[in-house]
Amino acid sequence: MTTAYLTGANTQTEVPLKRRLRRAERTRQVKALALVAPLLVFLLFTFAGPIAGMLWRAVDDREVRQVLPQTIAALADWDGKDLPDEKAYSALASDVLAARAAGTIAIAAKRLNYALNGFRTILTSTARNLKAAPEPGTAKETLSKINPAWRERATWTTIKDASGPITGFYLLAALDLVQNVDGAIVAAPPDQAIYRSLFVRTFVISLSVTVLCLILGFPVAYLLATLPQGKSNLLMIFVLLPFWTSLLVRTCAWIVLLQSKGVVNDSLHWLGIIDEPLRLIYNRFGVCVAMTHVLLPFMILPLYSSMKAISPAYLRAAASLGAPPVTAFLRIYLPQTLPGIGAGSLLVFILALGYYITPALVGGAADQMISYFIALYTTDTANWGLASALGAVLLLATILLALVYGKLVQGQQVTGGMKN
Amino acid sequence: MSDNSALRTPSQRIAWTATIVVSTLVFVFLIAPILAIMPLSFSSGSYLTYPLPGLSLRWYEDFITSPRWMNALKNSVIIGVASTALSMVLGTLAALGLAQWKSRFKPLVLAFVLSPVVVPGVITAVGLYFFFAPIGLTGSYLGLILAHTALATPFVVITVGATLQSFDTNLARAAASLGASPLEAFRRVILPLILPGLASGALFAFATSFDEVVIVLFMAGPEQRTLPREMFSGIRENISPTITAAALILTSVSVILLATMEALRRRNERLKAGG
Repeated sequence: MTTAYLTGANTQTEVPLKRRLRRAERTRQVKALALVAPLLVFLLFTFAGPIAGMLWRAVDDREVRQVLPQTIAALADWDGKDLPDEKAYSALASDVLAARAAGTIAIAAKRLNYALNGFRTILTSTARNLKAAPEPGTAKETLSKINPAWRERATWTTIKDASGPITGFYLLAALDLVQNVDGAIVAAPPDQAIYRSLFVRTFVISLSVTVLCLILGFPVAYLLATLPQGKSNLLMIFVLLPFWTSLLVRTCAWIVLLQSKGVVNDSLHWLGIIDEPLRLIYNRFGVCVAMTHVLLPFMILPLYSSMKAISPAYLRAAASLGAPPVTAFLRIYLPQTLPGIGAGSLLVFILALGYYITPALVGGAADQMISYFIALYTTDTANWGLASALGAVLLLATILLALVYGKLVQGQQVTGGMKN
Repeated sequence: MSDNSALRTPSQRIAWTATIVVSTLVFVFLIAPILAIMPLSFSSGSYLTYPLPGLSLRWYEDFITSPRWMNALKNSVIIGVASTALSMVLGTLAALGLAQWKSRFKPLVLAFVLSPVVVPGVITAVGLYFFFAPIGLTGSYLGLILAHTALATPFVVITVGATLQSFDTNLARAAASLGASPLEAFRRVILPLILPGLASGALFAFATSFDEVVIVLFMAGPEQRTLPREMFSGIRENISPTITAAALILTSVSVILLATMEALRRRNERLKAGG
C-alpha cells in the first residue's frame, strides 16, 4: 500500500495524493470500527442493557399506578395537608373492587407495605370487606368503617408518594432516608436504618483485606523482583497457582482448615496449645482470612511489575552518595513503588467491595456485605426496587474507583514508557 | 544478581533475611490451604480431618457415579467451551479493530469493553436475571453461554491486544505488497504470529467461565448447574469428602491451564529474545 502512495506522489500533484491518503485512512478507520462493532452490540445486549435495566428498576414505580389508577388521578391535585375529598374515596373504592376482580391487590399492597408497614393489611382487609353494591353513606364512611386507617393522612400520602411513574423511594431507602408525611426527607427510623451500617461494614472489610494484602504482598513482590529471574519465575508459581485455582476450591479449603473440627483446630489441640476449639470461621476473622487469600495475587502482581521497573542504579547512586540503606529504601525505593501500591490496593479494594461468594460461605450473619443483600432482595424477598437501588450505589462506588485506577495505571504506563 | 552481592552491612542482611522469612510464610499461606484439602479426597473415612483413617478412592467413585456431579461437569465443559469459542471470535475481531482504530473515543470504548471484569458479579447477575427472564433466557444454556461470553471477552481483548501491540505491522504490509489479499495475509502471516496470544486468551476465557458461579447461581435452572454451582450448594449444606474430590478435579484443570499458559509465555519470551 505504502509503495502505491509513493509512486502516486511522483506522477500526480500533491493535493489528490493527500485526499487519497485521507480517504484510504477513512476506509481503514471504518473497517476497524466494523471489527469492534459486533462486540459492542453483543455487550449492549448481554451487559450494558441488563445493567441499565437494573438501574431503571431502582427508580421505576408503576405498580400502584397500574392497580389504583383512578385513586392516583383523584389524588393528583390533593395538597396533602388534610384528608383528601370524597372523590378520592370513591375512586379508591372503585379501584379496589376492580383490582379484587383482576386479582392485582397484592401487587399494590406489596409496594405500599415497603413505604408504610402494615399497609398490606389495610389494603387486603379493605378488598375483602368492601361490598360490590353501593352502601348507604359516603365512600369515606364506608372505607373508614372497614379500616380506620383510611381516616389517617399518612395512609393517603403513602399512596400519593407511590403514584409513580418514577420514585426516589428505593434510592433514599438504600441511604437510610425516608420522606415523611410532609414530604421532607428525614432519617429512617432506627429499626429500618440498616444500610449505612452495611456500607460501613462493606468498606471496613474491604479496607482490612486491602491492608492485609499490602502487608503480606509487599515483601513477596520485593523478593520476586529482586531475585534472579530463574528463581523468581519458580517462586511465581506459588502466586499464580492460587490465582488460577477455583474460588470455590479455595473457599472450601479454608472451611476445611478452620472449622471447629478442622485441620488447624485439631493440630492446635494435638499440640496442647488449646483445649477448646477456637472459633475461626463463620465470623469476621474467617471472612478476612479467606478474602485475603483470594485477593493477594491481585496485590502481588501489580506490585511486582512496578518494582521490576525500578532500576537498581538508583539505589546504587543513593548508596554512593552516602545514604544509609534504610534512607535509600525509604526515600528512593519506596516512592517509586507508590504507583504500584496504589494500583494494587485499588484493584484489591474494588474487587473486595463486590464480594459475594466468600462472605456468603465463610461469614456469619454480621459479616455479609452489600452484594449479599442485593442477592437476597432479588431472589428471596423479591424487593427488586431496593435490590436495584443498593446495586446502583455499589456500581457508582465501583465506577468511581475504577476511574481513579484507570488514571493511575495510565500514568504508570506513561512514566514507564519514558524510562525505557 | 548484583543486589545480593551488595548486601554488605548487617542491617541489610537482617532486612533481606526478614524478607525471605516473611515471604516464605506468605507462600505457605497461599499454597497450604490448597494442598491441605487434596489428601482428604483420598480418605476412606467420611470426616474431613487428619490423620486419615485409610486411603481409598470411594469419593472419586461417588463423584463419577453421581448423576448430579457428572451432569455438573458436563455443563461446565459445554458452557466453558461454547463461551470460549464465542468470546474468541468477538474478542479477536475487536482487538484487531481496536489496534487500527484511531479516535479520541478509543479510551472510552476500551473502558466499556473491559468493564465486565470490574463490575461486581452480583450486579451483572441481577441485571441479567431481570433482563433475560422475560425473553426466556434464564434456565437455558444459551443464556449462560451469552453471559459467560460477556465476562470472558475482556480477557481475550487484553491478551490478543497485547500480542498485536508487539506485532510488526510491516509484516502485514509486506504480505500485501507481495499480492496477498487481506484475508490471506491474515491467515498466513498475522494468524501464525498472534497464535500464542490467541491461545492465552482462550485459556483465560475458559478459566473465567469454568470458575464463574454468581451468574450461574441466579440464572441456571436445575438442569444447567455447573461444577462450581454444585460445590456452592455442597459447601452450604454439608461438606462431604466428595466435594474435596471435585475440588481436586477442578484444581487439576487449573494446573493444566496454568502450565499451558507458562509454556506459551516462555515460548513467547524465547521468540522475543531470538528476534
